[in-house]
Amino acid sequence: MLRPTLLAVALAAAFPAFADTDLDALRAELQEMKASYEARIQALEARLQAAESQSAAASETVPAPAQPSEAVSAGNRFNPDISLILQGRYAHLDDIEHRHISGFLPAGHDHGAERGFSLDHTELVMSASIDPYFDGYFNLALIDEEVEIEEAWFRTTALGNGFTLKGGRFLSGIGYQNEKHPHAWDFADNNLMYQVLFGEAYGNDGLQLRWVAPTDLYLALGSEAGWGDSFPGSDRGGNGVNAYTLFGHLGGDVGASHSWRAGLSYLRARADAREGELEDVNEIEAETFFSGTSHNWIADFVWKWAPDGNPRERNFSFTAEYFIRDEDGSLLCEDNQADGGTCDGSEGAYDSSQSGFYAQGVYQFMPRWRTGYRYDRLDPGSVDFGTNSGALSNTSHKPTRHSLMVDYSPSEFSRLRLQYSKDKSMEGLSENQWFVQYIHSLGAHGAHSF
Amino acid sequence: MKRLLFSMILWLPLGAHAALNVFACEPEWAALAHELGGEDVKVYSATNAFQDPHRIEARPSLIAQMRRAKLVVCSGAELEAGWLPLLLRDAGNAAVQPGRPGYFEATQFVTMLEKPARLDRSAGDVHAAGNPHIHTDPRNIALVGKALSTRLAEIDPARAAAYRARSAAFDARWQEAITRWETHAAPLRNLPVAVQHKSFSYLLAWLEMREVLTLEPRPGIEPSVGHLARVAETLQTTPAKMVLRAAYHSPRPADWLSQRSGIPAVVLPYTVGGSKQASNLFGLFDDTLDQLLKAAK
Repeated sequence: MLRPTLLAVALAAAFPAFADTDLDALRAELQEMKASYEARIQALEARLQAAESQSAAASETVPAPAQPSEAVSAGNRFNPDISLILQGRYAHLDDIEHRHISGFLPAGHDHGAERGFSLDHTELVMSASIDPYFDGYFNLALIDEEVEIEEAWFRTTALGNGFTLKGGRFLSGIGYQNEKHPHAWDFADNNLMYQVLFGEAYGNDGLQLRWVAPTDLYLALGSEAGWGDSFPGSDRGGNGVNAYTLFGHLGGDVGASHSWRAGLSYLRARADAREGELEDVNEIEAETFFSGTSHNWIADFVWKWAPDGNPRERNFSFTAEYFIRDEDGSLLCEDNQADGGTCDGSEGAYDSSQSGFYAQGVYQFMPRWRTGYRYDRLDPGSVDFGTNSGALSNTSHKPTRHSLMVDYSPSEFSRLRLQYSKDKSMEGLSENQWFVQYIHSLGAHGAHSF
Repeated sequence: MKRLLFSMILWLPLGAHAALNVFACEPEWAALAHELGGEDVKVYSATNAFQDPHRIEARPSLIAQMRRAKLVVCSGAELEAGWLPLLLRDAGNAAVQPGRPGYFEATQFVTMLEKPARLDRSAGDVHAAGNPHIHTDPRNIALVGKALSTRLAEIDPARAAAYRARSAAFDARWQEAITRWETHAAPLRNLPVAVQHKSFSYLLAWLEMREVLTLEPRPGIEPSVGHLARVAETLQTTPAKMVLRAAYHSPRPADWLSQRSGIPAVVLPYTVGGSKQASNLFGLFDDTLDQLLKAAK
């Protein structure tokens, strides 16, 4: 629209001396040009507008095609799934210097004895599909001045025929509670059985093969082989397999409201100078070193109930596990005569057979609220110290504990718990324990494992 | 030994004539698979109408069924995020892993409602892909049905013709039923209702009803008495004609509000099996409309 006007100005400037008639003719011509340009532009604008409104109408009336626009994923859309678990507690405990469970060699480290306010492990968990053939999982436990890789493994997803192969560091599939991390426990502390068996849970660096049978009744078999440096084994150096496990589970539903799972597991581990502590016959602490083989059997049973199979309102679960541990080899008791002890640093034969169990029931009586009771009992059984029998002797005290808890979960991602325990795990002591605990999970939606 | 071998042979799949094992996460997809597969499929439903599909545990029985499945039909959109991934991983069944033809997610084939603008757990149990309860709109069932029959034909090509024939027949009956339901439901248009959980967004959108209130303070979080009292107050200013809940929901919040405010609490079957009448997909919508119309009178 600017161009005809510019042209007119330019022509007027170029030919100032034209006669009026010529000028008039020129003006008329220019007017004509201007008018025709404007008409054409208006026509174009109208066509553009029509096209625009047409396409808008089209996008309104035609529904978006039902195309698979989203990526397929059974779980969360975050890749990888990341979650952080915050746990802390207040514990009201007696002042006991050497916490132990009478009659049992201590199983590794235990974080459960801090009094007052303390932070439990903070867990960082990541998992994702690696590619169409593998998925991976990583669990890091953080506590002051200590970082522990609890699990870091890959697992096959494409073997098929019910087979799954897992490799790396993982919690063993033996028993029932073993694969559960502390935040998934139903009580604020570990049961005595797992405490004497493994400290917290049995983990291994190695390989695991599982197979699920193609039957209506759930039947799963598994085996693991690995480095086996964790209790009850120890770091022996060298090549080869130091520990292996075998386990099998059966399970199913009874009607819509009941479901169950039962299993048997076996763990064999070898130890070489595995460190421990025992009280000698003078009740003086003595350092011990065990070398030999540890055989462990676990029987587990879980039964769950929910009306119509809907656990949202009310549900109940009963869990019981029983173990037998046989260890044979030799035990060295370090010289502690300077402290008034009876050990002289000699190595004697060691042959023990011990057992124990726990049984617990947890009831959700209304949405958000659960209560539970757990009973622990261990049997120190028979222990033959061989030539060390003069310095060390087995106790006949059977450790027991009663625990009662109530927990409140404002949502699936948070939980607050109050627990009371009457602990008689140490000979001659009966301790009242109180715990207040919180467990919060940030990030990916947790899994509802059985 | 011979006997052992013989019994092992008995365990082997029966070859081409065996029905296709379909593992459906929810009863509506089990019913749809049954409509489309007929005798050619053996359908197992992982949940029933009285179970909350958000809160299922990966029970041993479910792992055993997943192990034998040739096709897994689930809602997706994170509805089963708490249990389906566990089943898929533990069962060792390569054919039904996400991305393989044996894995079918219904929410992929429909337009999702209520996609959250903000993803934060303080907003409750929100699903990034949108509201996953898509089957409460029968038009979505038609869309999923078409996709599912194509998938069945892909997995079981020997019987592709049968799947296509059943799909065409089902679709014809279904479209006819939708027209009937839509005329039937005309009095429900613009009716304001309250819901306990956002389970019926697609149903309400289809029938052009108005959802004015949700009893849950946030998705998936049980309403407290205090919160319900505030909801009852809100009802004074924004009235609703009824309060809806699914058969699997706790009766308490809706009943409490019903007593307090005098509007009827309506239990909808929500899915197949949720009421006596809702024994298949047609019965599900027949009963749903009956319940709504009865309460609207």
